[in-house]
Amino acid sequence: MNDIVKPANEAEAIKMLHQFNEDLLPKKFGKIGVTWVLFLCTVIAIGLFCYIKQLRYGLSVTGLGDTVSWGIYISNFVFFVAISLVGSLITAVLYLLNVNWRSPLTRVSEIIAVAAIVFAGLIIIVDMGRPDRIWHMFVYGRIQSPIMWDVIVVMTYMTISVLLLYFPLLPGIAFCRDRLTEIPKWQKWMYKTLSFGWQNKPEQYEIVKRAIAILSVLIIPVALSIHTVTSWLFATTFRPGWDSTNFGAYFVSGAFMVGAGGVIAAMYVLVRFYPRYNQYITDKHFDRMGKLLVLLSLVYFYFTVNEYMIPGYKMKGEEAAHLTELFVGKFALMFWGVQIFGMILPIILLLFKRFRRPFPMFIIAICVIVGAWFKRFLIVIPTLLHPFLPMQEISESSKIYMPTFEEWSITLASLAGALLIITVFVRYFPIISIWEVAEERGIGHDVIYKHLNEK
Amino acid sequence: MKENDNNTDRRNFLKAGLLTGGSLLAASALQSVFSTEKDSGEKVKVLTTDGKLVEVDSSHVKKAQSCCVAPKEARVGIPGKKFVMVIDLSRCKDALKCQKACSKHHLLPEENKWLKVFKMQESAETAPYWMPKPCFHCDHPPCVKVCPVDATYKRTDGIVLIDNERCIGCRFCMAACPYSTRVFNWKEPEIPAEYANASYSPETSVPRKKGTVEKCDFCPDMLRQGKLPHCVTACPNGVYYFGDLNEDTVTNGDETVRFSALMRDKAGYRYMESLGTEPSVYYLPAANRIFPFKDRVVEENKEEKEHQH
Repeated sequence: MNDIVKPANEAEAIKMLHQFNEDLLPKKFGKIGVTWVLFLCTVIAIGLFCYIKQLRYGLSVTGLGDTVSWGIYISNFVFFVAISLVGSLITAVLYLLNVNWRSPLTRVSEIIAVAAIVFAGLIIIVDMGRPDRIWHMFVYGRIQSPIMWDVIVVMTYMTISVLLLYFPLLPGIAFCRDRLTEIPKWQKWMYKTLSFGWQNKPEQYEIVKRAIAILSVLIIPVALSIHTVTSWLFATTFRPGWDSTNFGAYFVSGAFMVGAGGVIAAMYVLVRFYPRYNQYITDKHFDRMGKLLVLLSLVYFYFTVNEYMIPGYKMKGEEAAHLTELFVGKFALMFWGVQIFGMILPIILLLFKRFRRPFPMFIIAICVIVGAWFKRFLIVIPTLLHPFLPMQEISESSKIYMPTFEEWSITLASLAGALLIITVFVRYFPIISIWEVAEERGIGHDVIYKHLNEK
Repeated sequence: MKENDNNTDRRNFLKAGLLTGGSLLAASALQSVFSTEKDSGEKVKVLTTDGKLVEVDSSHVKKAQSCCVAPKEARVGIPGKKFVMVIDLSRCKDALKCQKACSKHHLLPEENKWLKVFKMQESAETAPYWMPKPCFHCDHPPCVKVCPVDATYKRTDGIVLIDNERCIGCRFCMAACPYSTRVFNWKEPEIPAEYANASYSPETSVPRKKGTVEKCDFCPDMLRQGKLPHCVTACPNGVYYFGDLNEDTVTNGDETVRFSALMRDKAGYRYMESLGTEPSVYYLPAANRIFPFKDRVVEENKEEKEHQH
């Protein structure tokens, strides 16, 4: 960024690095941090308890039935896959576009991506009727099934995302290993093991940078694939509301939007609880992320109009019942709520500079995220409530869908689990990449090497 | 399945019988598809697994056969057959005997109906009619297409089955089926004691399994015995015709007719042909109905009304 202060000489650069260490190396949590972790653990514990109950009594503990056979587990899965796309957006797309202000945001977006994709994988296992037979996927797997495609791309994406988190983190772990002194033994051991003997040599940086470049190219098609294939889980069926050729683009564009929202929310929380971070994540970052969110929302708006307006114009038989339910029926409040608060208002508000400031943007980002979660609910559930054949000869409870306490608990636990991964990461690793921030300020790797080896 | 004791022994008999000279027996069983079961007392020689030649009653062997088609064998259809069903909508009066027989024989609880009878009415101006709907056993089955583990499959005889020992319970097939055919075992199924230890076969779906998908199977266990599916025999009005497309013959138990003639004379059609799933179930239009349409009265309401009067 233009207002970055660059060091004049080596001594100044080393002084600056000291400052970075002071500001950016992970610190012990205060009261709020500990309370937050305890809160997340409680939510997870309740969810785990409910999952054990589900394992014992089967999916009957959920509100699912033969009509709505996929519920909030699946919509939550779609949400997780969507938000995980942000890793590729900030780290890869912006990297390849040479957008240099992205460097303090890469790690936070990558950890969001990893946490989300891990829980996407877990929540889909929760949805299985026979999780004990998961190995059947590998023994009897049929490549013709879109579920197999999803398993393959999600696992590939998870691997690349973890690498894309880990490689740039190596120097960061080494910083922790060399500069954090008053830490328990196990933590020292963890840094030592995870840093893999990283020595901060300039040539090592070259290798890492080349790896990042390769992974950044690789991850883009995989990222597009995970959400496109996830949309195909629905679009490959005949059901009105899912039977859409627009679904891939609709899903991917929505994913980028909620991902950007996720990063903005995380940025705000980081700056709010670590005031020193505002030297690195500045108002300008918020301003630019705000503009980026407008752009992504506009793309999403375009595909949303395509998705609903064209079938809505024709009002073809089965589609009409489904769309009427969304537009003016039982789901109308939720439908228009998420369209207005989760898409239209963010677009309009973020066009104004005064809303592209941290706090208003945090509120807008939360609206986008919550809206995105319910949007996925609206993609999965109303369609299943409009089968081709009339809903007869089934129990009354199968004609509606009300998620049960157990279902909500498990779903909330998965969200809490993803947040816990991010939280724990922030506690033990530099969430803003020190060496990339240094690089942004023109500090050479040789200077970093000297700095870390000074006594 | 039916008699629990000696179950395994009989299976061995059957396997041995089929493998050795007993193929003759199998052939005769297949020839007699749609003939009614006779109490023959006829003895056949079969070879046991340990090489002994023993004599058993032929009907005995067939009975054992019904419950003992292992999951692997159940993946292959009955040779030379292409099963087809015709449902004559003009004869249906919503007696629901088909459904009761189906649920009884497949040990289904109230909420898992494999066979549903829908009250259909295309628009406000058109007349309502009853439409029984089993699984359509499509030739291009969308459910089979999407299954990630090959748990549901299409056989050479046209039947689509589910291996509940393979199913992982992802329910993609339920989303993919456009006909709301598939049902799920949301909880641990209640299995009558006498079936608890029965060896599982996809052809009987007994014992049912928690966390897996199930549906109408065209009763292949009955077909192997040369009998008709339960819904066909239970229907008092001859709504269901069942038969073999290769033989161009279908029967509703009372009359046996040419399938092609039935299609031609009564303007047979398939439900939602436009989806391209190529169902094995055909319908005859609800024209010239023999019963006037009477709406179903929900049992509880009926009782309530009776109490009031």
